[in-house]
Amino acid sequence: MRVITSLMMVGLLCSASVVSAAERLTVYSYRQAFLIDPILADFTKQTGIDVDVVFSKKGIAERMMREGRLSKADIVLTSDFYRLMELAEKDLVIPAKSDVLKQNIPQKYRSPDDMWYALTMRVRNVYSSKERLGKLDINYEDLADPKFAGKICTRSGKHPYNVSLVASMIAHHGEAEAKTWLEGLKSNLARKPQGNDRAQVKAVSEGLCDIAIGNSYYLGKMLQDPKQKPWADAVEINFPNQDNRGSHINVSGMALAKHTKNAEAAIQLMEFLSSDAAQQTYADVNMEYPVKADVKPSKLVASWGKFKADDLPIYKLAQYHGAAIKLLDEVKFDL
Amino acid sequence: MATLQVSNVHSSYQKHVVLKGLDLTVEKGEIVALLGPSGCGKTTLLRAIAGLQSISAGEIKINGKAVVSDNEFVASEKRGIGMIFQDYALFPHLTVAENVLFGVKLADKASKAARLENMLALVKLDGLGERYPHELSGGQQQRVSIARALAYEPEVLLLDEPFSNIDAKVRREMMLEIRNILKSHNISAVFVTHSKDEAFVFADKLALFNQGQIVQCGDAERLYLRPEDKYVADFLGASNYLEATVIADKRVSTLIGDIESDQQLKATVGSEVELLLRPQQLQIARSESGVGEVIERRFLGSVCQYLVSIGSKTLDIHSEYLDIKIGEKVAITTTLHGLVLL
Amino acid sequence: MILGLAKRWSVASYTLALLIVMPLVALILQSFLPDEAVFGHLMATVLPTYISNTLLLIFWVVIGALIFAIPAAWLVAKCRFPGRNIFQWALLLPLAMPAYVVAYVYTDLFDYAGPVQRTLRSLFSWQTPHDYYFPQVRSLGGAAIMLALVLFPYIYLLARTAFMEQSTSLGHAARVMGCSPWKSFWRLSLPMARPALAVGATLVAMETAADFATVSYFAVPTLTTAVYDTWFEYGSLTAAAKLSTIMLFVVFAMVGFERFARRKQQLFQKQSAPGELDYFCLNGAKAFAATGYCFILLALAFMLPFAILLQYAWGYFAESWNAKFFEYSFNSLWISLVVSLVCVCIGIVLMFVRRVSPHKADMLPSRLASTGYALPGTVLAIGILVPFTQLDFAINDLAYYFGLQEPGLILTGSSFILICAFCIRFAAIAIGSIENSYKRISPSLDMASVTLGLTPKSLLARVHIPLLRKGIFAGLLLVFIECMKELPAALLLRPIGFENLATYVFQFVSDEQLEHGALAAIVIVLVGLVPLIYLNHSLEQEK
Repeated sequence: MRVITSLMMVGLLCSASVVSAAERLTVYSYRQAFLIDPILADFTKQTGIDVDVVFSKKGIAERMMREGRLSKADIVLTSDFYRLMELAEKDLVIPAKSDVLKQNIPQKYRSPDDMWYALTMRVRNVYSSKERLGKLDINYEDLADPKFAGKICTRSGKHPYNVSLVASMIAHHGEAEAKTWLEGLKSNLARKPQGNDRAQVKAVSEGLCDIAIGNSYYLGKMLQDPKQKPWADAVEINFPNQDNRGSHINVSGMALAKHTKNAEAAIQLMEFLSSDAAQQTYADVNMEYPVKADVKPSKLVASWGKFKADDLPIYKLAQYHGAAIKLLDEVKFDL
Repeated sequence: MATLQVSNVHSSYQKHVVLKGLDLTVEKGEIVALLGPSGCGKTTLLRAIAGLQSISAGEIKINGKAVVSDNEFVASEKRGIGMIFQDYALFPHLTVAENVLFGVKLADKASKAARLENMLALVKLDGLGERYPHELSGGQQQRVSIARALAYEPEVLLLDEPFSNIDAKVRREMMLEIRNILKSHNISAVFVTHSKDEAFVFADKLALFNQGQIVQCGDAERLYLRPEDKYVADFLGASNYLEATVIADKRVSTLIGDIESDQQLKATVGSEVELLLRPQQLQIARSESGVGEVIERRFLGSVCQYLVSIGSKTLDIHSEYLDIKIGEKVAITTTLHGLVLL
Repeated sequence: MILGLAKRWSVASYTLALLIVMPLVALILQSFLPDEAVFGHLMATVLPTYISNTLLLIFWVVIGALIFAIPAAWLVAKCRFPGRNIFQWALLLPLAMPAYVVAYVYTDLFDYAGPVQRTLRSLFSWQTPHDYYFPQVRSLGGAAIMLALVLFPYIYLLARTAFMEQSTSLGHAARVMGCSPWKSFWRLSLPMARPALAVGATLVAMETAADFATVSYFAVPTLTTAVYDTWFEYGSLTAAAKLSTIMLFVVFAMVGFERFARRKQQLFQKQSAPGELDYFCLNGAKAFAATGYCFILLALAFMLPFAILLQYAWGYFAESWNAKFFEYSFNSLWISLVVSLVCVCIGIVLMFVRRVSPHKADMLPSRLASTGYALPGTVLAIGILVPFTQLDFAINDLAYYFGLQEPGLILTGSSFILICAFCIRFAAIAIGSIENSYKRISPSLDMASVTLGLTPKSLLARVHIPLLRKGIFAGLLLVFIECMKELPAALLLRPIGFENLATYVFQFVSDEQLEHGALAAIVIVLVGLVPLIYLNHSLEQEK
């Protein structure tokens, strides 16, 4: 008995950090903390409100669902549209009513009912080997073309970025055609899906494949890293589907947690994140495309040229998310 | 009042009955041996006395106070039992002194030290108090365990095959020494063994076990010379059985001739019985007209063992005549004693 | 056995055991809930592959580990050759290596871009991957080799002991009857060691089934990763629970097999009393081959990966030597310490009751409590979250009802749940270690103590605990290493924002930049080495 009691005591002592200060926000983030730390530091300096960021790669929605009304989350940051939708779908977030937000973020990049707001855009690019293919004028549809057999590298199909791309294919072509496409893509793969987007560019630079699918900002980040720069130098960045619907766009975004106990301060933070200064930091540090129209991307990103983005409103993609995952399983994309 | 009184004790273990209604009394200062082959229940009884084994029926009293009965159970640690084990059960992490004083509940240091000194002197281990058990010989370890048990001043001492791990050469000496200690302190003890020789040397009284029952209880001589059944007779020594007819109240007739008893026979005249004869109660002499023929001879030192056949019967005879050869004809006689008819 | 042992001992041991079994029960209940056809979909698509991958992986890892371990164990136990005394303990070192770290290092070496293939390409002037064949490191086979490399010491340790305990007279008897050493190995040593090998193989199989990081890094989907993905990608806890139950089925089948093997082992051991040891003294080519085999095995499983880790850590020392590194090390250390202490206490209570209780029913708790080890981390996480969340809400509702301030998620939102999960998973190790120690304490010591007037509590404190010291310490250390290494449960159950060394290292592994986490990985390895060396030392002393 004594053992059990002491076990309990130890546990409770460990969790003694439940005291909360008055002005303190908790951000659940799918994005690594170091990406947003500088921005949040500015926010704290301006408002005196402390912000704790807790990062998790996966499962935030699941966790919030479980935590229910006891959740400490005030704001959720995601790196992918579906995670935003999922929060809304599972009734984990509430509308954030703010004119500032509406003004800062174009309609296309927020939910019609204020459930979520996008912060940055990322393009699903197709990288090609400078040496072997050069700059390409390519459509996503071409990736299933047998001429690229054994030449394409990508990360796991189940990664949100790829799921989102598959969802957009379903949205544009219907499920049956998307499946044929996905099967074609799978048969063109140089290796089993693995690693992250960075690893795909590396694989191209090493000659393992000629084409890699990856998000835009990875290239920017790799160019900044001395060890990775040679990999990035070996590829051209291509914006697909420029002659027709435009490149597939994914967004990172934010939403107001349903059980926030400090909605006012939370909205204040959300507004801050959509401000020029914060958006500029996103653009400069993380090499993403800001959603705010008058904030310019970083010089490097701008040098890749203008591009046409797919007009499909991102919340429409959400409808096909489930179908996309099932499709990926059906064609055994990762196996 | 008897120190220990066991009445009608039953016990079963994993559905098979181990003890079937035992009665045993140990008087103050008496050493009783529980003797029997392994698996006969003697250790079970010992543990039941110590409170280490449950019983299903019956009663055990120590100094007149019931320690276990139908509605009573005194925990082992409150029975005041001293126990000596086959493997000595010394605590390997404690010194000899700490072992000896383990159960001693004296408050002041001086009397503890005195008790320790006493005990070590008693078992002749003076000066070894600071050693650890593994630094001692088997015999010394056994002495420590005895000192430990006695230091606790038990009501009754239980010994579970205490000598079986002791070297044969010193075993007898050791037994006598411990017996003397027990006797000098007037300690009542129950001693479990499967060896009749140990029981003879060590105990005052023997309780012979067979399959969960005590078949006969009494002093060693009585059990040896006047066993109540063949089991007792065989367990305590080699035996010959001859078919006999009682022809008078002190006389039987057998195939080696008529035999006289120096005591009244228990059977009525005319009844058919079996006569127990120990090998040394038979005597042989070389005789051309003898009824027996030596078929095997084995030299045992002071005596010679002969197997003698008489018709289809073979007798085991110990004789001081050492020079009779295989194949020789012999006459067979008996020494005069109280005949045992079974 | 103490007749009339107070009821509270039994109650305590049953309470502990039931707490430990709770996640299992919760999991099974959860798996009966309806799940919106997610499971049906999985079954129709990827599940068969997941299951076959899991079984194949287990099969190959066990085969690999046996092939690595048996010759090494036999050589070390029965032969004398240069370096034998070092290999004897050094071959245990791979146990301290997390498999995913080894996997990362070898991927770096043998990948298309790695130095090995680069050198081959430049030697033979190949241009593209289509010009030559090179086996994929990131494959089921690759994962099997990596896991076998770090898990073989389990079999090695058990087999070595088994070989050493085999009575020499049996060997002599065989040789007198004309068996060569080689033949006597096949006809005598190996069959007699079979139960020990089966136990070792089961341990390896269970570790393999529980592995999350290696297969996830190698993109070999197994049931473990499937549980994780189903939970997070499909958001279906129920489907995840159903997968977990399948997984449990696999694991319990293996445990059953192990028990069966152990039952036989006792028979074997009774027959063979260890005699005087005698050795084959190897020299010349044979000695060279023996040393070479052990050296290559050790180099591949430990020295090479560790050297590469050191090199990474050296290169990135400045970046890695920071406050976070210390924070995470501290997290790992204190959690491991708390868990190992709790596990040892659980082990002591359960084994004590099991030993002294006169009731047959009191045998059960320690057995029940040992089932925790069979739950892979991912499965355990699901099992424990469900009841703990409910408990959390109950606590808050209660606080609300009494008008107190709601304490929040004090169980699931803190390290408490992590500690509980680790205790559940690793209690079996402490129990096993203490059980082994108990076997060496003669039951007559208990009887002697009790007749000398000791109460059960003082029997435990004055006699058992001092005598169990070694077993307790060994259990403490073993649980400690496992806690340092355990990844999936930590990944799933840590309070949001909490990192320890294992999750920190794994994050870098999955981001393909272990260089930054190398220092942390080295700490895991080093902390694991100390107990291993100590344990081996104390094993030696018993001989």
